Amino acid sequence: MKNDKNFFKNLFSNKYRSRTLSFLIVIVGYILIEIMMATGSLSSMLKSLLVPVTCYIVAALGLNLNVGVSGELNLGQAGFMCLGAFMGVCVSGALAPVIANGIVRLVLAIIVGAVVAALFGILIGIPVLKLQGDYLAIVTLAFGEIIKSLVNNMYIGFDANGFQFSFVENKLHLAPGGKALISGPMGATGTQLVSTFTVGVILILVSLIIIYNLLYSKSGRAIMACRDNRIAAESVGVHVANTKMLAFVISAALAGAAGALYGLNYSTLVPSKFGFNLSILILVYVVLGGLGNMTGTIISTIVLVLLPELLRGLADYRMIIYSIILILTMILTNNEKVRSYVGGLREKLKARISRKEAEAHE
Amino acid sequence: MKFEKLVKGGLAALMTMSMVACSNGGSAAPAETAATTDGGTETTAAAAGEGAFKLGISGPLTGGASVYGQAVKNAAEIAVEEINAKGGVQFDFKAEDDEHDAEKAVNAYNALKDWGMQLSLCTVTSAPGAAVAPLYQADSTFAITPSGSSLAVIYADSANQTNAYGNVFQMCFTDPNQGVASADYLSAHTNLGTKVAVIYKNDDNYSTGIYEKFTSEAEVKGLEVVYTGTFAGEDNDFNVQLTQAQAAGADVLFLPIYYQPASTILKQANDMGYKPTVFGVDGMDGILSMEGFDTSLAEGVYLLTPFSADATDDLTKNFVAKYQEKYGEVPNQFAADAYDCVYAIAQALEAAGATADMSNADLCTALVGQFTSMTFNGLTGTDVTWNANGEVSKAPKAVIIENGVYVGVED
Amino acid sequence: MAFLSYLINGLSLGSVYAIIALGYTMVYGIAKMLNFAHGDIMMVGAYVAFFALNSFGLPVIPSVLLSMLVTTCLGVVIERLAYKPLRQATSLSVLITAIGVSYFLQNGAQLLWSSSTKVFPSIISSGAIKLFGGQLQISYLTLVTIAVCIAVMVCLTLFINKTKTGMAMRACSEDKGAATLMGINVNRIISITFAIGSGIAAVAAVLLCATYPTLSPTLGSMPGIKAFTAAVFGGIGSIPGAFLGGLMLGVIEILSKAYISTQLSDAIVFTVLIVVLLIKPTGLLGRKLNEKV
Repeated sequence: MKNDKNFFKNLFSNKYRSRTLSFLIVIVGYILIEIMMATGSLSSMLKSLLVPVTCYIVAALGLNLNVGVSGELNLGQAGFMCLGAFMGVCVSGALAPVIANGIVRLVLAIIVGAVVAALFGILIGIPVLKLQGDYLAIVTLAFGEIIKSLVNNMYIGFDANGFQFSFVENKLHLAPGGKALISGPMGATGTQLVSTFTVGVILILVSLIIIYNLLYSKSGRAIMACRDNRIAAESVGVHVANTKMLAFVISAALAGAAGALYGLNYSTLVPSKFGFNLSILILVYVVLGGLGNMTGTIISTIVLVLLPELLRGLADYRMIIYSIILILTMILTNNEKVRSYVGGLREKLKARISRKEAEAHE
Repeated sequence: MKFEKLVKGGLAALMTMSMVACSNGGSAAPAETAATTDGGTETTAAAAGEGAFKLGISGPLTGGASVYGQAVKNAAEIAVEEINAKGGVQFDFKAEDDEHDAEKAVNAYNALKDWGMQLSLCTVTSAPGAAVAPLYQADSTFAITPSGSSLAVIYADSANQTNAYGNVFQMCFTDPNQGVASADYLSAHTNLGTKVAVIYKNDDNYSTGIYEKFTSEAEVKGLEVVYTGTFAGEDNDFNVQLTQAQAAGADVLFLPIYYQPASTILKQANDMGYKPTVFGVDGMDGILSMEGFDTSLAEGVYLLTPFSADATDDLTKNFVAKYQEKYGEVPNQFAADAYDCVYAIAQALEAAGATADMSNADLCTALVGQFTSMTFNGLTGTDVTWNANGEVSKAPKAVIIENGVYVGVED
Repeated sequence: MAFLSYLINGLSLGSVYAIIALGYTMVYGIAKMLNFAHGDIMMVGAYVAFFALNSFGLPVIPSVLLSMLVTTCLGVVIERLAYKPLRQATSLSVLITAIGVSYFLQNGAQLLWSSSTKVFPSIISSGAIKLFGGQLQISYLTLVTIAVCIAVMVCLTLFINKTKTGMAMRACSEDKGAATLMGINVNRIISITFAIGSGIAAVAAVLLCATYPTLSPTLGSMPGIKAFTAAVFGGIGSIPGAFLGGLMLGVIEILSKAYISTQLSDAIVFTVLIVVLLIKPTGLLGRKLNEKV
């Protein structure tokens, strides 16, 4: 019994509060949306946003581990998503004749997408993590563009005789009934849609479990130590390269998983989607949600994916308003006056609560 | 720490606001669509005027491809105004932005669905079109794309050209059609040149589609392709491709691309003193009306196009004049195709005697029946017909640019 | 001979990258921020020059000057309104703001000038110098582009090294706190940096559009990223570095297109960048980062 009590107390202790909050938001959000869907009060447009939102959340959580917790500016997250997405589409497409169940194929695709992205993460991480600051940022950008460019020149197809692969030029000669999985710059078309919101939410929960377990572990503390002071961390025996690599690879794997989920949600997918702009978009979610703050990332991703859709009524002025909101948010959240004002409000609120508590005790 | 809290608080507030906004804005629309799907009785919004068909489209209204989206939207608006002014079939038209992106196109489709869309011009560009076509099929909503020319827009299995969606039609040629027509024309007119160089945009469905069919067809017809160059994205340096084409001795330059990069290619070829016969397809239309373009560069360019803004028939003259008056620009073939789409739908609706209170599925069946049996005369062709797969059949016309205007070429 | 002609084309493209990269690198050196809106400021410059030449019929030089004036003002206004309030914020917040500004400029340009493509008029007669009995042709435009790039580079170096303001700029980039103590108005210096960087962007815009004449609201994004790459390549914050990085990037891009593959040229450019950064982690001419505990 005593353990149970401690368990609940622990959930809301300073250390674990953010974790509890993250899980609560996701689960409560999921239940709310399921209820809304069951009662039919969710518009088609919002329904179509559910899966992409979960994809972006997972990719952004991964990036937050990389940028916020590990402190490395990564501008190539879209490259890992690209790998995951196209691997996912290939896996699902190739298995379609064998496995009829969409969910099974989706889960397999997500796993393969995550593994492939993680492998590339290791390959890329070795050179990237030798660099620092803006130089590291530009190299991740470069890798993202290289991955996009390679996928852009890849042709994969299969027919009764097995798989065919060609690079740069389309040399696929598929027998009738064969299926081109990736056709270079035209990407994948005719993908069967197997992604579901529920799997997306489960993927978010899994990501959160992985991230928080890492954060509360020895490795997690080592990662943060490297971020705060690399030399000091090194001097107390932390292996900086391995530590940073861990964060980088997990981040890549999550992006890969998110990519697979994304790729299987649209019947067509082009490599040019996964360019620099998408990496930046995910970075915006992370920065706006707060570096290292997973709950913040979840909320800011939801808001920023919804925002342009809600601004549809403004027609041609939509994107310009979006950009102004972005700039104002950054300026206001960094404004001393606004911050101290809100800080003051919080203090007052706290004071009032503690006074009430004190009164109640009396 | 405070900073994070503040952001979190602010965002949470914003989210609540947006959710509220969603449920407010969205509550009316889903109720409507729900009514459609359940009882089959459509209740159109009173504001739109009684008996108006809700016609939607998504296209790139912002971003790099917005020039196409804006052209289509503008021309469709003109057509809707004209048709509404006549009495008879009435339209309530709405264009949503898809930024030339599959994900946004699906969002745009659903936004239109929430609005209560009954008929659609599908999407302006191909990749988004391929993403939403299955949704149109699933919801049995009739769609005809003005300019989504890829086979993937009308076939679920575009590689084998099977499993056509059946309710998604095209107003423009399919890409392979243009490739075949170009190869046909060049092999029949060897006086233009016999050694062909191709420069195409390899990250573009349209360009790649034409190129692939053209090369396979050229092989059959005995055309010699001596050089193939590609470019992608916003590339605008073609010196390398042109130097190599020139070195390969090409005397015909086939450009299955849009007019913006083509204008740069013409200029750079001219700068380096390379003067092959340039042969373009319908994407080349629009080159003469680019603001600031030196039309002497385009002298002697051949192109296959179903539409020419310089044509002297009343239909074209009226459309071009209206478009220029309203938007200050000369319309291109995207605009012409969109204009034709709206008129074709109006013609089909009238012939079928359809009314706006019919369900989407009934409208769809009626329109598919009409489209596969009617012939249509518009800006982009006369005696236009469609097959059951949604492919259009109309004759591309070869024209040559002389003194800054299109001149028809005799076959 | 083909090689020489590719090389010269590469230098010409590289010159444009170099001039844009100068703007990136100056702002980075002084304000320590990546101004992702730089390419879009260039785009505005291109439109202004287009309207000056085409609609007002101004001669070339006044058009360029007018365009420089507009981008200079734009640069300063953006700095005042969007970046100055964030002087104390984290570099990532500033980065996101810069991206917001970039979206704003692109979409603003689309609303103002419509998205339909415009064609920049020829500003330099299209003749060419013929060498080696006509085997090698170098167009006047290419020569002018390279010459302007060198001129800009020389002027800028002289300005930074010889003038008082230049000295103040160097002081700010070294240590802002110490510069303030020496009586330098850091905010003013940052404004001047933005003004110069944006003004140069207009020159780049005119050169870019003279060679690649199509104008659209997204004109600046790809050259912007390339120039950013060039700046890092040469060592961000270093002016000769940006010059060298830009030229090399242009040459590598053209040569890889010519001899390897037009499809893979971007991948090759970025691979070379990665290799260079692995050998010299702070770019070709960048200063070594000092680490302190």
